[in-house]
This record gives sequence, structure tokens and C-alpha cells, in this order.
Amino acid sequence: MLTSLPLLSIAIFLPLLGAFAILLNWGNKQTSLAMNARWVALWTSLVTLGLAVTLWWNFDVTSSEFQLQDKFQWMPLLNMSYHVGLDGISLPLFILSAFLIPLCVLVSWTSIQDKVPEYMVAFLVLETFLLGMFSALDFILFYLFFESVLIPMFLIIGIWGGPNRIYAAFKFFLYTLLGSVLSLLAIIYIYFEVGSSSIPAALVTPFDPQIQTWLWLAFFASFAVKIPMWPVHTWLPDAHVEAPTAGSVILAGVLLKMGGYGFIRFSLPIFPEASAYFTPMIFTLSIIAIIYTSLVALAQKDMKKLIAYASVAHMGFVTLGIFTADPQGIQGAIMQMVSHGLVSAALFICVGVVYDRLHSREIADYGGIVHTMPRYATFFMFFILASIGLPGTSGFVGEFLVLLGAFQANTWATLLATTGMVLGAAYALWLYRRVVFGQLSHPKLKGLTDLDWREKIVFAPLVASVLFFGLYPSPVLILAEASVSKVIDQFNLALEVDGNLLINPKKSLEVAFLTTGRIFTHQGKQRFFVIARRVEDPTKQSIFQMNPWIAAPTAWARNDDEKNLSGVKVALLRNGQ
Amino acid sequence: MTSFYMPDFNLIFPEMLLAFSALLILMEGSFVKKRSFRRSVHYGLVALGLALFFLIFQNEVGQSWVTFEGQIKQDDFIFFAKALILLGSLGTLAMSLPSMMRENLTSFEYPPLILLATLGMLLMVEANDFIILFIGMEMQGLSLYVLAAFHRDHPRVSEAALKYFILGAFATGFFLYGVSLMYGFTGATNFDIVASVIRAESVNDLSLSLFVGLIFIMAALAFKVSAVPFHMWTPDVYQGCPTPITAFIGGVPKVAAMIVSLRLMMSPFLVLYGEWQSLMVFISAASMIVGAFAALQQTDLKRLLAYSAIGQMGYVLMGIASGNDEGIQSVFVYLSIYLVMFIGTFACLLSLKGKTPEGVQEVDDLKGISMLHPRLSFVLAVFMFSMAGIPPLAGFFAKLYVFKAAISAGLFYLAIIGGLTSVVAAYYYLKIVKVMYFDKLPETPSASHGQLLVLSPEIMVVLNVCAAIILVFFLFPNGMLELAQRAALALPI
Repeated sequence: MLTSLPLLSIAIFLPLLGAFAILLNWGNKQTSLAMNARWVALWTSLVTLGLAVTLWWNFDVTSSEFQLQDKFQWMPLLNMSYHVGLDGISLPLFILSAFLIPLCVLVSWTSIQDKVPEYMVAFLVLETFLLGMFSALDFILFYLFFESVLIPMFLIIGIWGGPNRIYAAFKFFLYTLLGSVLSLLAIIYIYFEVGSSSIPAALVTPFDPQIQTWLWLAFFASFAVKIPMWPVHTWLPDAHVEAPTAGSVILAGVLLKMGGYGFIRFSLPIFPEASAYFTPMIFTLSIIAIIYTSLVALAQKDMKKLIAYASVAHMGFVTLGIFTADPQGIQGAIMQMVSHGLVSAALFICVGVVYDRLHSREIADYGGIVHTMPRYATFFMFFILASIGLPGTSGFVGEFLVLLGAFQANTWATLLATTGMVLGAAYALWLYRRVVFGQLSHPKLKGLTDLDWREKIVFAPLVASVLFFGLYPSPVLILAEASVSKVIDQFNLALEVDGNLLINPKKSLEVAFLTTGRIFTHQGKQRFFVIARRVEDPTKQSIFQMNPWIAAPTAWARNDDEKNLSGVKVALLRNGQ
Repeated sequence: MTSFYMPDFNLIFPEMLLAFSALLILMEGSFVKKRSFRRSVHYGLVALGLALFFLIFQNEVGQSWVTFEGQIKQDDFIFFAKALILLGSLGTLAMSLPSMMRENLTSFEYPPLILLATLGMLLMVEANDFIILFIGMEMQGLSLYVLAAFHRDHPRVSEAALKYFILGAFATGFFLYGVSLMYGFTGATNFDIVASVIRAESVNDLSLSLFVGLIFIMAALAFKVSAVPFHMWTPDVYQGCPTPITAFIGGVPKVAAMIVSLRLMMSPFLVLYGEWQSLMVFISAASMIVGAFAALQQTDLKRLLAYSAIGQMGYVLMGIASGNDEGIQSVFVYLSIYLVMFIGTFACLLSLKGKTPEGVQEVDDLKGISMLHPRLSFVLAVFMFSMAGIPPLAGFFAKLYVFKAAISAGLFYLAIIGGLTSVVAAYYYLKIVKVMYFDKLPETPSASHGQLLVLSPEIMVVLNVCAAIILVFFLFPNGMLELAQRAALALPI
């Protein structure tokens, strides 16, 4: 019965309905208006969360296909449709978004007193865009949601933010817009190649490796800014510091994941050759992000800025994991994204709690608040440890899996990334010591009150989920497993079929087909040769050598020294049709 | 021609209606004792509405007629263009009422001038002959010059009107010179004959004078649509003219001129695509770049919108430069959406009192008005985001189709320039949102800061309709696309 309803679309557009309900109330008395807006926003987002969980319930984890699809013709003339669906990669992030929005509403319950209805409308609209973005199966629809997110977020930072909010809002908006405009052009190019803007169709369309490089770079511009990678991360600390608490929560919790999601969903499976080609670059940038931003975090005087830099470092693990193109690496990246979504959201709420009381984010203004706020200190401790990646918390699972995957790909990268974990412990624990321990030095701190019931309600689900996924990560991992292995299979198959030939499989049918491939150890390095036969003249054989980047870890390179590629020939013929 | 054909007056019924109503309103103003500006404007609105009604009533899908000895044409393309022009004039005339009255510009000649300018624009788009095109262009041009000088006692207005007139006269000269060269080569002024003569020869055998003529005609049209490097008049005229008149001069006539450019480039001159494409690409790129960068430092609201208009026209020209079916469709979609955004933006400005009787002038006049008028600022913010091309608003779709056309034609660099300049341009659109929403009300506001004019129902209707179109366009993009496709099919490529 439930499956006959377009549950997914209902979940996506329900928040929009809630936003309309709030707007209809305009014109009543100010205080009751604000209260109504809060309750409507809370209930709408809770029902949406309920729907998201129902979707999870109906989700078949054994299948790697897109499920719970809804589709109707949107612009039939252009072959663009409204098409949504979820798979194991998008569902965890979909649920994460639905989970964080009610918390955002609760966090802002008393701290936002100005223009409350507008604020709640902005968050509900944002929720629709985020849910739509994670479930879109049409490129134009995806881009529509992806970029629409900018409008509510710009307003949230700019209207309800801190003193320097205007600069931060503009920087956020223009940085991300610059990235996404380039990806729009790439999307249009893909649209012409595929003949429609359907993402599932694009996933099975092979692209010419030369073109792939450009398209990959265009998408990279968009996702790297969003995630954000070093050196385009500079918008993030500003946006975080100036945004209101709930804005930081949603920014760190979900918006950064849009980049990671984009890499897994598009860059890896659609542009496998280009992804493999750029893997060393991604690894380098990730390592720099992990180490450099950790060091920068150590030097911060502002709590929110510190956590913001820590986010960049944690997202460095995500990009590292994704481009290992290894099941553990990618699953770890997804786990890390979910975990970071929970933990960094919680840390920003922790800062928000004391900010609401003292209106200062300077670390130097605090110290010894364990004496006045013991319960708060406990929660803060828990999330600091989760951020470090203490075993038993979700942070550990993600980082460990990423490192496991990365170790098989590149030992040196893993070694350097691990130092990032040590630095992470340093800045996080040092922050905690300076804020919580020590003497109650400032007179203002003496009057602090501990957490009230609302704040405890906010923290409780975060603690529970961080612990749950830390001790028992299987729900997320099983959820992602089938889809991730599909992505990786596709990635490896594409590399095996045509990577070394540098011929588009579409065209390679006319030019050559593979017969055998072999790995030689030549001068201490593994090299891969394939023998291909020309179609026009089968007597002529050519030997092609792999590009050096093929020495990167792909499935076959690890498996055996010698591999018969007769199976690949079949795949190649199938691709060509 | 041996026999005399009775031209088909049915086909130009809307035009005749406009001409007669303009004369009637003039008569009424001259001879009726108790004249009222509001009533004249209402008569003008009724005339435009009736013309639109008859236009739609007469339209038959997929048909094409030529009348007046092949000088005037009707088909889906022209129908679409005429409907757009009539709707635009209707909206602009309706919303200008309260602020014209406030500025005490209540001469009864105002609605007839608008009607005559509209008539000129209709003639421009339905012309199938350079002579008719010229007559239409001059008819709207002269009406616009008079409109620009409407506030004749004001020194800045006179300056703007004079600039507009002199530069416009230059453009007319260019156009005539181009047409005469064209005539010298082809021996005809009729589009179809010109096209067939050009098509008959291979491009290499075509005479140089033809290309010179083409360039002159393009220059004149670039002036009319205010594309770089013929954009100099735009900021001064926008700033100088009274705001309701700017709303008219900057909106509908540009759309008409753009449609004429599209028609000329795609129909008689399509064979010369290889020749005019690089020029078009240059004009388009230059307009986008100038429009984006020159507006960054503007503090005058109307100057800012003028540069924004230059940039927006650059995107439309990108659609023309692609020179394919998708390009034609994208131009239509872009122009329709742009017109809605433009009229909507000006409707917002026209509803506010400024420091001076001329209304809102500076960007800072909008400071903090979201506290006073949440709905009005919301609507203006929607238009600004839409102009910046942020989804899910209609402006995004306009840009999407244009980029799509450019990429299908292989104009990657132009598309990339368009993308990057749209980011730069987003800055100043956001600046307006910032002023309204992020800035606090000034501590000692001037007496009329942010105050609303007494809103007439006309302006409310225009404002709400425009905002609704921009907001919900993403739900029904297909209808617009179908219309654009029909229009594109009518153009013989």
C-alpha cells in the first residue's frame, strides 16, 4: 500500500508545504506568529524525518539499483524529466539531512528572535532543496536543487548572522556559484552526448577520455568548492563563523556533503579515466588539507573557526577515501560524511550553547566552565572525542575505513593522513582544555546556567546516533555496500576496457578489440601491456602499453600477475552497441 | 505587377486598432473639456488589450501569410513576437500610472505615444521588407525620443533625451546606409528576394559591399538592443529619464529590436552565418563582460540596471550567435523571461517614494526596506535572484537554454565567458538584496525613505503577475518551450 504512494516526492516537497503554511500566517500578532512558525517548522521537519525513515524501511539493501523512483515528464521537448530515486549512496545523506533539520529548528528556538517566520521558511525551503538534491536522477533537476540551496543559505547567513555576515554571505555565494556554473556547462555537454539529462543513462554512457578530462575538471570546480578542498576552502571558515548556530549546523552537516556526494555519484562512475588520471592530484590536495588545515586549526582563537578548519581536515579524509576507488575507501568516505555530519553539527551546537549565554566565541573568554556547566562539559567532551575519532564513536569507523582503503592505494598518503589524526587530537583536546578546564577566571562565567531541557533534547539524539554508529556501523555500511560496489565495478571495468588504449569504446569497436593483457615487471615497476587487433585487418596486432597512472590501485592490478581479458572483449562489444 | 491586389487588412487589424485608438485618445484629450490622465491611460490599456485579443483570436497555428505585396508577413514567429510586445506595453503602461501622476507628468499625449511606439514595434517585427522595417523602427524611435523628453523642464531629462535622439539618429543612418548597400547588391528590399539572391551565389562570389551592408545593419541593431560597443547611451538614458519612461524604453523596444535581429540573421542572412557569427560572438561576449564589470561600482539604481540590461542582452545575443534552432528558441524564452523580470523590477521601483519627486534613485534608497515592506522586498529579491540566474527561478531557465544553444553550436568559450560573467553579475544583484535585507534602516531616514506610493490596482496586478510567473515557471517550463518551438519552426532556416 505504501509503495503505491510517491513517498519520496512527498518527503521532498513536504517541507515546502510547511513553508507555505507559515507564510499564510502573515499578519497576525508578532509573538504568536513566531511561536506558530516554530511549531509548524518543527512538526513539518519531524514528519519529513518520519517519511525518510519509512523510505529506509522500504529500501532493499541488496540491490544497487535506484529505488523508490518517481518520474514524470517535466520538459518532454528537451527530454528532461522530474526523476527522483535513492540508492545506497544517497540514502544515508538523505536521512542525515532530514535528521538535522528538526535539530536546527530546536537549536534556533530561543536564539532567533528576529523575523522568526522568515527564518523557519528559509530552513524548510532549504530542506526541500537538500532532499531533492540528494535524490535527483536528472542532471538538470540535480543542478536546480544543487544551486537553489544558495538562496536560503545566503539569506540565513546574511540576515541572522554575526557582525561580519555580509562579507561571509557574499563570499559563500560567489565562491560556490563560480564552481557550479562550470558544472552547469559540463552538464549541458553531457546532455548532448547522452541525448537526455537522465543520470542513470549518463552512468552507462562512455565518454571520450580527452573530453572526460574537461568535464571532470568542470565538475571538480563545483564539488571541490562545496566540499571544500584546499585551496578553495577559504569561504568555509568565514561562512561558519558568521552564520547563526543552526546555519553552521546545516552547513557543516549537509552542505559540505554535497561535494562528496557529487564525487561519488558523478566523477567516479561517469569519468573513470579522468578520475584515475587525477587521483594523484586529489590525494595531494587531500593530504595538504588534512595536515595544513589541522595546523591552522591549532592557531585559531575563535571556537567556530577552529571547528570550521577541522571540518576541512575531516573532509580531506572523505576525498581521500572516495578516490581510492576501493570498497572500503568509499564506504569509509560515506561513513565519514555521515559521522562528520553528526559530530560537527553537535560541536557547532556546543559552541552555540555557550554563545547564546555569553555572546562570545573567543576561546580566551572561556575557561573552567566545567564548574558551572558540568552536563554541558560532558556532552562537549563526548563530541570532541568523536571528532578525534575515538574507537566506539562513529568518527573512528569512517576514518579507519578510509585509511584502510587508502593504505592499499598509497602507503605514503596513508602515513601522512594518519599524522593528520594526531594533529586532530591535538587541536580538539587543546580547545577542550582551554574552554572547559582550568579556573573560572572570568567573572561573567560564574553566572552560567547548565543545559536546559531543550538543549538536552537536541543533544540526546546526536549522542545516541554517534554511539550507535560507532559501535554498530553496519546499517550504513550495508546500505551503501551494493551501490558502492556497482560504482567501483563500473570504474574498474571502464579502465580495463579502454583506459590504456585511450580510445573511446564507442569508436574502439571500429579500431581495435582487445585480445589479451598481461602484467610485466619491468625494471622493478609493474607495467601492463595489452594486445589489440584491428577490426579492419585482424592479422595486424598492436601492443599498447598502459599509462603510468594505471599503476594506481585498481582491481586487476592487485589480483594476479596475469589476467586474461577475454571477458573484457565481451564487455567492450556490449558497450559499443 | 499588372493587377492590383487588395491587401488583406484583416491581418493588420490589431495595428489599425492601435493607430485609430491613438488618434482617438488624442482627439479626446484635445476636445473634451474635463479630461483626466487616468482615463486616457485606461483607454490606452483597453486599446492594447483589444489588440492583443484580436491578435490571439486571429492566430492560426502553423499558418503563414504574406500581404501588402509581400511587405508584411504573419506566422507563428511573428505572432509570438507581437504578443510579447503587446503584453509588455500593456504591463508597462499600466504600472506607470501612479508615478506619472506623482511626478506631475499628466499630459494626455502619454498613452498615444506609447500606442504609436507599440505600433512601430509591431511593424518592425512583421516587416518582410527593409522599407517597412525602417518605417516601423523610425515610428517607435521617434515616439521614444518624445517620451524620453517628456519631462521637458528638467535639465537632466533634456540631456538624456538629446543624447538618445542624436545617437539614435546615427544608428538610423547606419541602418539606411546598410540597407542601401544591400539594395545595391541584390536589387531588392524584400527579405525573401534578398535571401534568394544571396543564396543563389556561393559565399566567395558575394560582393564586399554586401558584407559592409550587413555590418552596418548589425551596428544599427546593436545600438537598438544596447549591445557593446554601441551601448554608450544606455546608462545615461536610463538614469536621465523619469523612471516610468525608463521602464518603457528599456524593456519592450529592446525585445522588438532583438527579435528583428534574430529574424534578419536567421532568415535572409543565414547563408552568411560564417561571416556574421564571429561578429555576433564578439558583441555578445563584450556585452556580457561590460555588463558584468561596469555595474559593480554603480550606486545609482537605474545606471546599475542599465548595465545589467547590457549584460542580459549579451546572453540573448549568445543565442543568436549559435545560429541554430535551439538558439532561436532560447532567444524567445530569454526575451520573454527577461521582459517579465524587467517589468517586475521596475514595478517594484515605481511603487516606492524616493528622496526626490523622481522616486527611488540610489541603491541606498532601498536600505532596510524589508523591515517596512516584507512583501515588496521579497518580490524584488525574487527578481534579483532571477536576473542573476539562480534556480529555481525563471531566470535560470533562460540562461540554461541559452547555454544549451551555445554548447550545441560548439561555442564553448562563449558559454564559459557567459558562465563566469554571470557570477560577476550575481554580485551586484545580490548587492540589492543585501541592501534590502542585511542592512538596517538608516538611523535618521529622510522623510520619505522607503515609503510606498499610493498603490493603484494596476501596479499591484502587474507586480503580482510578474512575480508569480518568475516563481512558478519551473513547474511548467514546457508550455513556454512549446511556444518557442512553434515560433522557431516558422522561421525558414
